[in-house]
Amino acid sequence: MKAPPFAYRRASSVADACALLDAHGGSARILAGGQSLIPSLNLRLSQPELLIDISQLAELRGIRVSATEMIIGALTRHADIERSAEVRARFPALADAARQIAHPAIRNRGTIGGSIALADPAAEWPAAALAFDMRFTAVSTQGERSIAATEFFKGLYETALLPGEVLRSIHVPLPAAAQRAAFGELTRRSGDYAIAGAFVTASVTGGWLGGTRAAFFGVATRPLLAARAMRALDGSAGDAAAVAAARAHLEADLDPIADLYNSRATKLHLAGVLLARLVARLAAPGG
Amino acid sequence: MNAPVPGLAPTTYIGQDTPRANARRLLAGRGQYVDDLRLPRELHAAFVRSPHAHARITRLDLSPARKSRGVFWCGTGADVARAVSPWVATLTHFKGMKSAPQYAVAVDRATWQGEAVAVIVAQTRAQAEDAAQLVEVEYEPLPAVTDMETALDAATPVIHPDLGDNLAFTRGVDTGGVADVFAAAHLVVEDTFRFGRHTGVCLEPRAITADYNPSENQLTVYLANQAPHMMRDIFAKHLDIPEANVRVIARDVGGSFGIKVHVYPDEMAIVGVAKLLGRPIRYSADRLESMSTDIHAREHRVRAKMGVDRDGRITAIEIDDLTGIGPYSVYPRTSAVEGNQVVNLTGAAYDFRHYVANLRVVFQNKTPTCQYRAVGHPIAMAVAEGLVDHAAQKLGIDPAEFRRRNLIADDNYPYTSASGMKFEALSHHACLDKLLALMDYPALRAEQKALRARGIHRGIGLAALIEVTNPSAAFYGVGGARISSQDGCTLRLEPTGWVTAQTGVTEQGQGTEAMIAQVVASAVGIPVEHVRVITGDTDTGPYGGGTWASRGAGIGGEAALLAGRELKANILALAGVILNRDAAGLDLRRAQIVDAATGEPVLPLAEAARIGQYRPDTLPREFQPQLSVTRQFGQRDWPFVFTNGIQASYVEVDPDTGFVKLLKHWMVEDCGTIINPLLVDEQLRGGIAQGIGAALWEEVLYDADGNLKNGTLADYLVPMAAEMPDMVLGHVETPTRSSELGAKGAGEAGTAGAPGAVMNAINDALLPFNARVTEMPFTPERLLRALGKIA
Ligand SMILES: Cc1cc2nc3c(=O)[nH]c(=O)nc-3n(C[C@H](O)[C@H](O)[C@H](O)COP(=O)(O)OP(=O)(O)OC[C@H]3O[C@@H](n4cnc5c(N)ncnc54)[C@H](O)[C@@H]3O)c2cc1C
Repeated sequence: MKAPPFAYRRASSVADACALLDAHGGSARILAGGQSLIPSLNLRLSQPELLIDISQLAELRGIRVSATEMIIGALTRHADIERSAEVRARFPALADAARQIAHPAIRNRGTIGGSIALADPAAEWPAAALAFDMRFTAVSTQGERSIAATEFFKGLYETALLPGEVLRSIHVPLPAAAQRAAFGELTRRSGDYAIAGAFVTASVTGGWLGGTRAAFFGVATRPLLAARAMRALDGSAGDAAAVAAARAHLEADLDPIADLYNSRATKLHLAGVLLARLVARLAAPGG
Repeated sequence: MNAPVPGLAPTTYIGQDTPRANARRLLAGRGQYVDDLRLPRELHAAFVRSPHAHARITRLDLSPARKSRGVFWCGTGADVARAVSPWVATLTHFKGMKSAPQYAVAVDRATWQGEAVAVIVAQTRAQAEDAAQLVEVEYEPLPAVTDMETALDAATPVIHPDLGDNLAFTRGVDTGGVADVFAAAHLVVEDTFRFGRHTGVCLEPRAITADYNPSENQLTVYLANQAPHMMRDIFAKHLDIPEANVRVIARDVGGSFGIKVHVYPDEMAIVGVAKLLGRPIRYSADRLESMSTDIHAREHRVRAKMGVDRDGRITAIEIDDLTGIGPYSVYPRTSAVEGNQVVNLTGAAYDFRHYVANLRVVFQNKTPTCQYRAVGHPIAMAVAEGLVDHAAQKLGIDPAEFRRRNLIADDNYPYTSASGMKFEALSHHACLDKLLALMDYPALRAEQKALRARGIHRGIGLAALIEVTNPSAAFYGVGGARISSQDGCTLRLEPTGWVTAQTGVTEQGQGTEAMIAQVVASAVGIPVEHVRVITGDTDTGPYGGGTWASRGAGIGGEAALLAGRELKANILALAGVILNRDAAGLDLRRAQIVDAATGEPVLPLAEAARIGQYRPDTLPREFQPQLSVTRQFGQRDWPFVFTNGIQASYVEVDPDTGFVKLLKHWMVEDCGTIINPLLVDEQLRGGIAQGIGAALWEEVLYDADGNLKNGTLADYLVPMAAEMPDMVLGHVETPTRSSELGAKGAGEAGTAGAPGAVMNAINDALLPFNARVTEMPFTPERLLRALGKIA
């Protein structure tokens, strides 16, 4: 299929992009890597009148580290993150996750900002944002604001971004020395969206888990923190009994929904298997 | 006698790895696919397609579309029917088979989701699609028949009331006394196997450009297709144009797998509109259209049982096959062939005499199904191989040993199977032995056992197979279909001494042209680089069936061999006249006329060709050199020339997730004379990959109302490189005596055996859990359910 007709503007700056968004109301869409937007146009699933191309804005691309956080520009490609020595050193789970996103050609174009702004429930970055307690900076002609990931993902493809806003950067707090993280997902073919995936982070001191965060993707209409399961793990050694207790909460935490090939029961089961495996990795000595 | 021969020894390319010439062109992006073609004054078409599986069209208003930018013409089913007559796809040798008249574009009623209801012609495809969105169609949804299990129930609506019921075809085989044999059996195993409806996903979608010239009543159709002559006949008949005035050209075709050998209503519509408008019309299916309108295949439910005696010998097999084919049988090959093959082939690798088979082929409101690579074989093989492993396990006999006891003995040919299939000569035991050696079967079993003790669950699955190749007219011709089972090859000696070959068999990326070049070069005695092969043009090439049923090498190759020999004889006759020597003492080797006894070159072929073409005045008056020849070949000794082989799959099952990891795959097969080992191995590997797709991933999903749920390649899962296991291949060669070349087909054996092998491997891995799966594809959910991990 061919995309329906649309106008195209290449934004000269973030401010320009914001101004264009304002001028065109709800009928304009930001074009970043195009790896989700273009397929949806070609399937005629959406028909925006104007595409505002931000893909050439160098100011939006790149990874920086400050004293307290890592700042990832919205236009940073999945492949940039996959190959970043900085990410690999400080957040190996994020580097691992980047490699699981789609296929190399898509990772070379698709951006972390596009992924977060789209909020596909089966995407890796939104769940990572929850697990690592990230914050996002959004800008508009009105100024800028910071939004916590935990406040951002509202529903299926629904976020806290307001119509005139452009997502500028993603802020990842630098981990404390004791923080550990594990990532895992189950896909039937490499590059597919996951049937279920999760990031688990915790501080592990003397073998005991604390501040555990377990974020799941691919199981519900949006990425979710499994709050009850997290509490059940806190203060435990991540042993089989604690994991079993945590698993028992997943149904209430996640309220999984079926996809094309997997029933709710399968999703729940697989989320539980993932949780067990990731916690085992976190809790393993030297893990 | 052992002194080196001076001069040139005879050489052959038969059996040599010979890289194909067209690979370089295709990889360089210089292919000429239909969509690469541009014709002056061409227009683009798009279709409005039914969103309902079954609905009456109560209103269809094209006027908003007519006003849309760039639109040239819009038409309904009735408009297109002015140019294209409807068809009914039955074959007379399928007794009692029925189907309903099908129109190029639906008239009054749509019968599957995706059936075209209107066609839009515009300056560009995008404009045609914009206009298609504006067409106003009102539908009155009708109840959709989707579940084949209830398609024949009295309460189920009949899709074509004129036919009386939803039964397209039924067939039974009963060798007699089978119930008694089952009653006396030491063991009877039973299973119900389910096969997911899937489709053959071509890289290049279906594509067509039709160009009608009213001044000569001449139709030229550029088509991504496997059987140009068949299509020519059909276009002529249904557009009422003399066949001689119809030209079908299939240049490069980007994969076909049987998908591109059928009559598609939207392609017929394009041809019809081209005739109505007198302008070239272009159309390519997009991926969503491919998923909803390319033929589907393999939706079967087979209840099966096998009786075995105390020694582990199969005594009887009984199957009941139910298959759903969509609302129409597909023209002209019909949609009864797949089920018919299941009846013919189930268990036919094994030596047993008592067989009962019942087949019911039913209509449904889903995309029509028809022949896709290895038609019926994957089902028949998986059913028999599943039963075999089940029985072996129950008796505590090793699956390889069980097969050794039951496969037809290699010295027991000719042999007629319980289902009536005639086998000239197969090599099941030689293949089994070679396979077990290749995989180091005892070591693999030992590894499996050791890992099992450590909680790692691996399984080994075997699947013996047979494959229908080199068909005679028994496949279609006897049933009245105008589908040729013979093929021709025309050779022309160029004045340079090179040879141009035209063949009726066609190229879709599998290397047909390379194979023909090898045969011709070997038969004539010239370097393979000196042969140019042209395929796929009905105006210039010899008449023939094209590519299907693994017949390219066996039929087309034989015609090329016969033509090559004839051309060589003619060249030697010419050389004899030029040299004033007895032609019988001459030979042609590496483009040199040589003394046959010594191999000593006596005249370059180029020189003979030059004289033959330009200086016949120097030859005796009564001698006319014949430097173009055509030979035809149809296989006449057997209904089909069967091949055989055996596959093995090694998998690891994760019992917590239900995931299956493919570790390795082996295959040994016997396609008779191997012309090009590289190409044969490519066929096996690609075929195995498609079979693995059926086993693990591919299924077209519908909801109960007949809505297609996975119309994109994000949702319909094809096998991908990353998941493919290493494949180790071996060969046994038993040439067929039905031809001089001795080649049988190799295109489908990979697909035929892989699903059964993977299924058996999974079930072998699941043995400690007392779990068993028989419903393809083997999704994690299906495994988890079998394992009792989910309800
Ligand atoms: C075959 C395939 C497989 C895939 N598999 C995966 C996978 O496994 N996991 C995964 O996570 N993703 C997957 N993707 C999606 C891919 O990661 C996309 O690149 C990503 O989701 C969107 O990023 P983009 O830069 O391409 O955004 P675009 O497609 O350009 O835009 C997506 C949406 O976000 C909006 N947007 C983009 N950037 C901004 C911004 N800075 N501010 C505000 N709005 C913005 C756009 O307006 C649009 O609505 C897959 C894609 C394909 C085609």
